[in-house]
Amino acid sequence: MGGRVSRPPASDRDREASLWPRIEPLLGRVEKPARYIGMERGAQAPVHQPHRVSWLLVYPDTYEIGLPNQGLQILYEILNERGDAAAERAYAPWTDLEGELRRTRVPLFSVDTHRDAGAFDVIAFNLSAELVFTNVLNCLDLAGVPVRAAHRADDDPIVVAGGHCTYNPEPMADFVDAFVIGDGEEAVGEVNEVLADWKRGGRRGREGVLRDLAGVAGVYVPAMYDVEYDGPAIRSVVPRFPDVPERIDKRTVADLADWPYPKRQLVPLIEVVHDRLNVEIFRGCTRGCRFCQAGMITRPVRERPEDQVRTMVRDGLARTGYDEVALTSLSSADFSGIDGVVADLVGNQDGTGCVSLSLPSLRVDAFTVGIASEIQQVRRTGLTFAPEGGSWRIRQVINKLITEEDLYAAVDGAYSQGWRRVKLYFLTGLPTEVDDDTRAIADLAREVVRIGRSHTKSASATVSLGGFVPKPHTPFQWFGQNGVAELDRKIGLVRGALRKSGATLRWHDPGATFAEGIASRGDRRIGAVIEAVWRSGGTFQEWSERFDLGRWLEAMHGAGLDPDWYVTRHRHADEVLPWDHVSAGLHRDFLWTDWQAALGAHGLPDCRWTPCYDCGVCTDYALEHVVASPHAPAGGSQGTGQDLSRGGDVPVQFLSTRPALASEART
Amino acid sequence: MKGSAAFPVRLQFTKLGRVRFISHRDVARAFERAMRIEALPLAFTKGFVPRPRISFGHALAVGHESVAEYLDVDLDRDVDIDGLPERLSGALPQGIDVTGAAALAEGAPALQESVAAMAYRVVVVGDGDRGAGGIEEALASALTAALAAPSLVTTLQRKGREVEEDLRPMLENLEIAEGPDDPTLAMELSTRPRVVRPGEVLGALGPSFCEQRVVRTAQWIERDARLGPLEADARPCIEEMRGP
Repeated sequence: MGGRVSRPPASDRDREASLWPRIEPLLGRVEKPARYIGMERGAQAPVHQPHRVSWLLVYPDTYEIGLPNQGLQILYEILNERGDAAAERAYAPWTDLEGELRRTRVPLFSVDTHRDAGAFDVIAFNLSAELVFTNVLNCLDLAGVPVRAAHRADDDPIVVAGGHCTYNPEPMADFVDAFVIGDGEEAVGEVNEVLADWKRGGRRGREGVLRDLAGVAGVYVPAMYDVEYDGPAIRSVVPRFPDVPERIDKRTVADLADWPYPKRQLVPLIEVVHDRLNVEIFRGCTRGCRFCQAGMITRPVRERPEDQVRTMVRDGLARTGYDEVALTSLSSADFSGIDGVVADLVGNQDGTGCVSLSLPSLRVDAFTVGIASEIQQVRRTGLTFAPEGGSWRIRQVINKLITEEDLYAAVDGAYSQGWRRVKLYFLTGLPTEVDDDTRAIADLAREVVRIGRSHTKSASATVSLGGFVPKPHTPFQWFGQNGVAELDRKIGLVRGALRKSGATLRWHDPGATFAEGIASRGDRRIGAVIEAVWRSGGTFQEWSERFDLGRWLEAMHGAGLDPDWYVTRHRHADEVLPWDHVSAGLHRDFLWTDWQAALGAHGLPDCRWTPCYDCGVCTDYALEHVVASPHAPAGGSQGTGQDLSRGGDVPVQFLSTRPALASEART
Repeated sequence: MKGSAAFPVRLQFTKLGRVRFISHRDVARAFERAMRIEALPLAFTKGFVPRPRISFGHALAVGHESVAEYLDVDLDRDVDIDGLPERLSGALPQGIDVTGAAALAEGAPALQESVAAMAYRVVVVGDGDRGAGGIEEALASALTAALAAPSLVTTLQRKGREVEEDLRPMLENLEIAEGPDDPTLAMELSTRPRVVRPGEVLGALGPSFCEQRVVRTAQWIERDARLGPLEADARPCIEEMRGP
């Protein structure tokens, strides 16, 4: 390697220059150097000008995990289409490059033009998972930006965050200047306008611009709020100024048809996760699975028009050269136009090769397997189903209304049509879960193996078991999470019951589940914990080889906080929750009633095709479900047995046994 | 191996600049995508999972550059060969440019079998505080000694044991080339009995020499004479075959 001497930047002018000559010699010393070179098809080389607000969009995990993130790619395009903005991307450098950067005093950089991260006006983070929080601090530190918002000066970048974890922004409130809650397509432009004004005015007065940002709908500026405590509990969260809103409502794009992004999906040069063309077919989900935060906070359902899906697939394949396309959503078989779109894609291969189609997040029923077999003509190796709960009782508690008949029919269909491996996803540590429910996971798996073996000797099943973490803005937000020992015990139960069953068990580390619980429902006091974990070297905490619960417990102890108070404690009905001032549109009454219904093991069918339960989203935000087709897809019954392909009545027997949730039907 | 291909084509391409940090496999995937973007009439394997029939020459190490990489691809029908370099270069990452294309004779042996020698330019730096002048002199004398000696022995780790190997049979030519600042070594290395990396030769010359930049500059196929891979197995009478 060359022994070239690196020079620290001499002036602000140098900060604008590409850092590539200083990065290049380091790349011979690190694993997978192509993570840091950019140059993907679809990448932009924005020109930075004084009147343009410069954004660095950071995914705080490795390039392979972060690059495919659709949210980041959408904002990258929207910002670069504006005349008053310029956006680049960065990803968390792996520990080997981090060491080299610190040793040679080279800051975090963008992958597009290798610009100094500290030279951007805005550093914006995507927060998709709680265990990446410490990486945010590390990225800021590598950028030469003070990790605490309160320590930043006028010439430091504004630090912004978006993504699902921002629905409880409090654990990151000490580090982030402004959170954007909800869909970013429209909000990002409004934020940019505020920042463009500030930049024109010479970037003076950090507090002033933050206060202006607090006036943008959906934007939460934690420094504008005072939190008062009553012992360990929160007494209140109050705006410090009259023009700062008491409640921050999420942003929602009313119609996906207006936002056909990404138009130029990035094609990475190295292999990444979800390495294929991804076309989002709808946003939101109304199945109402009670453990699922994504489903709750992204309501209502907004389907993309069928024709736009076809166009995005056709243009995307032609532009990227990919031979695989995924139609993405939270439950892709629920797209009301799914039959037509799949038939067109499968039937319309134009001879340039074999394009394969994948539908992630599939429902469990025979209809779904039918679609899967249509799209997967070859390579039928593995098919994944997520019953989530072992017994019918627990599946009613979590409102994942899959009957055993649904599951076995799906599995039978899969094995009979040539699949050899079935993967089953389950959660354990669910509310009201007793050992019979846990052991029922093994019973289901044994039956699945039996069905498989009746078709082929080589049939196998894998059970993937995750510990449940209650999430804000869900009916389970009041539930006390199972502790490490209890989850260990339950995993042991399933393990024991699966012995000699022919099924393989994989499980998530209960320690990591516990740490996720700390961050997921934490308040502002957890900021000190995140900082301490980071300072002790705890980066990349979602990587099992880097995770260490000891760091988290030590940090909790150091901050004088009781881990069980945050993680395993059931919350009271009248307790102020740390995220109460953030709204996903869901009425607290609705969530509480649904929580009580869960405790009574009452299920609740999909509200897209049944009367409205008045969760609050559509009514408060004057929104409606947007569907591509007036008919529900076949099989989309949420286990209720109704034939939705013919529409009509809702003969749901357990509706009558539920507490009065369903208000008047929308017409 | 390519018996049934109606139109095998050989391409020459570069790997220069930042893109040198991607792997051999990544280059292959980039070509597959570029060929789909340009809608080339690819021939596919007949297997369970049909793949385009593309085969590459000897792998280039991650971090090394090249102006002489080659691949063979089977097409279903004839295309305008002369137009391929421009079409594909536009669909490939920056730094990978297709610089030549030739229709291949049917039954031509695969690149990995037929390429007999490869040439490199290696910019050499020392591993210590020695000045540039010192390296140049040390390199020149190491070179003279190595070329005069009957063998150039290096030690390798093989199955956990240290083994001695003579690199001299693979050494076809070795000389100091004109370089911009640091001394540059021009090497021609035979691919037989095995493909040897420039770094191994450098290490055998002396433990203090390190490669700073490596560029593969040529590959040759031995027929009656040494030929470039585009000429060696080109389809004869190509103009006539393409017709009016």
